[in-house]
Amino acid sequence: MDVREAFALALEMLAANRVRTALTMLGVVIGVAAIILLVSLGEGATAYITQELTGLGTNLLIITPGKTQTSGSFHPPTASTVRKLTYEDSVALHRRATLLTDAVPVVLGTGKIRYQGVSRDVSVIGVTPEFQRVRHLYVEIGQFVGEEDVEGRRRVVVLGRTVKRELFGEENPLGQFVTLADSRYRVIGIMERKGVSLGFDIDDLVFIPVKSAQDLFDTDRLFEILASVRSPDEIDRASQQVKDILMRRHGNREDFTLTSQGAILSAFTTILKILTAVLGGIAGISLLVGGIGIMNIMLVSVRERTREIGIRKAVGARRRDILGQFLLESVVMSSLGGGLGIVVGVGGAKILSLFFAYLPTRVSSWATLMAFGFSAAVGVFFGVYPARRAALLDPIQALRYE
Amino acid sequence: MIEVEGIWRTYRMGLHDVNALAGVTFQIAAGDFVAVCGPSGSGKSTLMSILGCLDRPTRGRYTLEGVEVQSLDEDALAGLRNHRIGFVFQTFNLLPRMTALRNVELPMIYSGLPRQERRGRALEALEGVGLGGRIGHRPNELSGGEQQRVAIARALVNQPAIILADEPTGNLDSQAGKEVLEVFTRLADGGATIVMVTHNTGIAEQAERVIQLADGRIVSDTPTVGSRDSGLPRDRESASSPSGP
Repeated sequence: MDVREAFALALEMLAANRVRTALTMLGVVIGVAAIILLVSLGEGATAYITQELTGLGTNLLIITPGKTQTSGSFHPPTASTVRKLTYEDSVALHRRATLLTDAVPVVLGTGKIRYQGVSRDVSVIGVTPEFQRVRHLYVEIGQFVGEEDVEGRRRVVVLGRTVKRELFGEENPLGQFVTLADSRYRVIGIMERKGVSLGFDIDDLVFIPVKSAQDLFDTDRLFEILASVRSPDEIDRASQQVKDILMRRHGNREDFTLTSQGAILSAFTTILKILTAVLGGIAGISLLVGGIGIMNIMLVSVRERTREIGIRKAVGARRRDILGQFLLESVVMSSLGGGLGIVVGVGGAKILSLFFAYLPTRVSSWATLMAFGFSAAVGVFFGVYPARRAALLDPIQALRYE
Repeated sequence: MIEVEGIWRTYRMGLHDVNALAGVTFQIAAGDFVAVCGPSGSGKSTLMSILGCLDRPTRGRYTLEGVEVQSLDEDALAGLRNHRIGFVFQTFNLLPRMTALRNVELPMIYSGLPRQERRGRALEALEGVGLGGRIGHRPNELSGGEQQRVAIARALVNQPAIILADEPTGNLDSQAGKEVLEVFTRLADGGATIVMVTHNTGIAEQAERVIQLADGRIVSDTPTVGSRDSGLPRDRESASSPSGP
């Protein structure tokens, strides 16, 4: 009997009792579908984070006041004992850190912005013109904060899309005056639509010159300094350079934290990869249970077909013929279940991302292949015991079995 | 062709040993048609199982076509069951969910014959037993006699050296039994080597030699007096040589 015939025979035997076969396969279907679904959720989240962080540029260096152990932690602009980063620090870096192309001081605060009776609570970010190219966020209409705006501490503002829409509707806001914390600011630009980036809803922000922000919030503390390294492979040397310059200015204390986009990214992706693996593992447990179901049914099947096994042996089937026959049945069953589970899992992932936009899914081919491989392996592993029992039956006893 | 020397088959039943066979010795030459008779429990089926390589003797020597069988491993025994032995059972033992044709093909599947050849030989064998028109029927669509004839076709399909039949007519009515017996006698006339277990002395008379068993021992081993041995001319390659008691 060649391989094709062996398969045909296995299918025939499985089809002889369709309901039983289908129910047994269900365990594997569910297990594989669960693995695919959960892993694709994990991979989707990982891809999303990676995309977001990579969009910031691989040469972004974030300098925050205070020494933190974990990267990417968020410092609210409240009073604290932490030593501050100043505008002069950023100027020093700008002048002396040769491996940096830019060093942008950032002041962050909240305020109420008002226009003709409509008001909105927004986050206010004080920056310099280089902010655009360091963060890859660009003004779309009008202009961004300029050099003279910073030096002149001018009260000009660039609106995020959502803010513009809420305050002005369809009206052109350029040249208009809004009130920001009791001061009048002239609108000079509107940002491109961006959505959420690094935890901030860019569309719901307003940008003003950094020195104006210092006046507005009456502070000389910076929220952070965003630096752009000349080349991604020089990040380590650039970080060292920044450390040296700042430490000298801060009385030889390292009271600031350097975070590179790469570090954030790897921290996040490590966590997500672990999460994905754990999810996959949990789903794998259900696949195991499906395998136990296969073993159970194959044991029943072997018992029911004792006589048949005896007949086959009597006409010359060797042990390995019987073993192979029953093993093939369980492998075919589990593999078919695996294939079906893949269809259900992939379909489910697609449907999920359709209905819930915030649940990104990504079906990777390696996960699919692995899931299918697992399902086949389950068939082998859980089919061996029943198949061996069949193969080791004594022909005479088997023939007498009723 | 077959030499059986001092064959014992002992079973342990609780604290006692039960001897199904207690020292059986005989020879069978190619072309012999031998009947094995005896009361229930005399060891007939046990002997057939051993001859058919389905069971091993506890003691003694079984030589089939010059090969000592009792020391062969399971795979080798399976090979013999496939190639050299054709077994016909009282209860037919056909696969219930398969057609007559596929049932007859079964031994050839395990001897690795390609599909075309398998089919061809199976068809031939079924036609040989007069069932050319029933090849697509399943066992439950066939009468007892027809099922047994399918079983005989299956036994023949790999051209075995010897045909073993354990009460082949035991589950058949007298008409079907006669038809089946006719098949056997036809085969015997054609030179086949047949060993048949039977209760029925009438059937035993059709054979040319009867081995009587009782309590696991051979009681007698004699040629029959009957039409087959009446001296009428027959197409026989080798003369039968009955061994003494």
